[in-house]
Amino acid sequence: MLLSGSDIIIKVLLEQGCDTVFGYPGGQILNVYDSLYKYKDKIRHILTAHEQGAAHAADGYARATGKPGVVIATSGPGATNLVTGIATAHMDSVPLIAITGNVATHDIGYDSFQELDITGVTLPITKHNYFVDTPEELADTIREAFRIAISGRPGPVLIDVPKDVQTAFCEYEEKPAVKPNAPFAAKDMRIEAAAECINSSKRPYIYFGGGIIRGGAQEEMLALAELCDAPMGCSLMGLSAIPTDHPRFLGMQGMHGHFAASKAMESADCIIALGVRFNDRVTGNRLNFAKNTKIVHIDIDGSELSKSLCDAHGLRADLKCTLQKLIPLIKQTRHIKWREIISEIRAEGEKFTDDRSGMTPKNIIATLQKYVGDNTPVITDVGQHQMWTAQYLVQKTVRRFITSGGLGTMGFGMGAAMGAAIGCGERAILVSGDGSFGMSLHELATAVTYSIPLTILIMNNGVLGMVHQWQNLFFDKRYSCTELDRKTDFVKLAEAFGASGETVTTLSQLDAALAKASSGASPYIIDCRISKDELVFPMRPPEGSSDDIILK
Amino acid sequence: MENETMRYTVAVLVLNKFGVLNRVTSMFRRRRFNISALTVSETESAEYSRITVRFDGDELNKEQLINQLYKLPDVCYIRELSEDNSVSSELMLIKMENNTETRDDILTAASAFDAKTVEYSRDAMVFELTGSSRKIDDFIDLMRDYTILEICRTGIVSLEKGSTTIRKVTNL
Repeated sequence: MLLSGSDIIIKVLLEQGCDTVFGYPGGQILNVYDSLYKYKDKIRHILTAHEQGAAHAADGYARATGKPGVVIATSGPGATNLVTGIATAHMDSVPLIAITGNVATHDIGYDSFQELDITGVTLPITKHNYFVDTPEELADTIREAFRIAISGRPGPVLIDVPKDVQTAFCEYEEKPAVKPNAPFAAKDMRIEAAAECINSSKRPYIYFGGGIIRGGAQEEMLALAELCDAPMGCSLMGLSAIPTDHPRFLGMQGMHGHFAASKAMESADCIIALGVRFNDRVTGNRLNFAKNTKIVHIDIDGSELSKSLCDAHGLRADLKCTLQKLIPLIKQTRHIKWREIISEIRAEGEKFTDDRSGMTPKNIIATLQKYVGDNTPVITDVGQHQMWTAQYLVQKTVRRFITSGGLGTMGFGMGAAMGAAIGCGERAILVSGDGSFGMSLHELATAVTYSIPLTILIMNNGVLGMVHQWQNLFFDKRYSCTELDRKTDFVKLAEAFGASGETVTTLSQLDAALAKASSGASPYIIDCRISKDELVFPMRPPEGSSDDIILK
Repeated sequence: MENETMRYTVAVLVLNKFGVLNRVTSMFRRRRFNISALTVSETESAEYSRITVRFDGDELNKEQLINQLYKLPDVCYIRELSEDNSVSSELMLIKMENNTETRDDILTAASAFDAKTVEYSRDAMVFELTGSSRKIDDFIDLMRDYTILEICRTGIVSLEKGSTTIRKVTNL
């Protein structure tokens, strides 16, 4: 069938099972928007206030559903506004398809109005990108983009489509949705060597990340943990893979990770790292990290093996397939001594539990917890509130905790929360800070327009808390540019956008506000006042080790 | 694993498409690989271009470089080439000052190295030298006793010995 390039774009999106896209129109993408109009009964377009919000929304949608998120923007500034969103998705391995318009091929290279080399700009922050030269290659390019985005370690793929390719007509033939590349297990020999290493370990420890969620290998991982009697911990991206209350789970690693998880990992003689990287937030000074520990590392991305630390056994393979082959080779054991050490570490960490009453971060999250259903997505922005939520929120369901890990993007929350709410078909809870929320509050307009059910809990301390904390601890309390002194009234702001909200200063007010928010069908802002002197603990100083952790 | 810095040569077959070299070098740049030479050329097939990379680093750096190359969708085959299993060659043009005092010594050295005189004028001589990078380094070292006006090197090209080819045997 003879179709225009812009129709072909929509047709291929439909082929891939895409029913929701996020975006913002403009001159060089007009034809695609005309096609969206034509197919509006089949594909829903969410118009955001800013392209960055659209990119984060597509990202949040993808994280919540596991399906690729799609974002559409025009050339030039439309395309550059996607950059932070694409980079965020890239760092956290999120399958994202970004489609941008560009000036016609004969105008490329002449610095035409709103011309921009977006494939050049996004080269380092995409898994791959394309500039489509002819309408004939358009359909297969988009299919290939989907295949790359969802295969192996997922990631964002950008497709830049010049105007004349959108308007030209060419033959289109419908094809089935692309499938990810077939998963493969590691070589038997390598699995056997890894098994031997685990079997000879006296203090094994499982450290997992977002790869476990993407690989759907939770069951296998738990079976392995039972067999080799290993405690477990995860990276920020691994949160929600298994329920927080799992008896083997010690918590999150990292600069603000749980004490027990950090200490146990550094006390292990064998770290079994599954779908996770040894990020600097986790290792501190990597030259001193786990020096005498053997690392068994399984990751679908070979470049993660021995990247930061030297792996004893690095297996580039699909987690699920490989664990299935590994499990029969693991001897059922019980490490009595190791269990004792873990209990001691746990007890030591618990000594520093924050048991204050009132509006403390811990109590706020505990109050919030009552309103977090099994299917409720909880999204955070970036900063202190993010770490408090990651530390205290009890995770129940996989893919229901969404946060910007690798890039740490302030302003991620509003877009991601809208995408997650749409993807899950559930009220989403965004935990944000007054700083982060200030970076994307214009997306309230979007949430109101589409009646997206959103509870926005702003932990408002009047400072850029995380940087403030660093200045407090490492810069002699010289609070350079972190004390906001803004006069923003978040409740009035909500009203101006057509939403509603309230300010709370006590836990009982917070409880009532959350109840009110949950009973409605629209966005609701809770301006939750907290002290600017609240700090995130534990904290391992940068370049420090688990011995340097500040607990209080 | 070893931390000793070595010189490695890696051959990469990439899709012969617009912008692929940019993708490869952009990755080298952003991950700060220490590349000492890089050549690109057409191959026996119109579908592929061949990139030969020479870089300095330890064993882990080399593994990382290969693994990062592997992640680029336009990269099709990768092969590490060791000195034992491959033949390598490089071409250099070197322009020397021509004066009566040093002319004879330079020409003698050039002749000993089998360097071809490709240009000869009143003030300058240009020699073409082909061979191993080591041989070229040695010749340059020798020429430093005189006045070097300009040097241009192509970078290394390498092929594996025997009938094996990169498309038959690859690190991927």
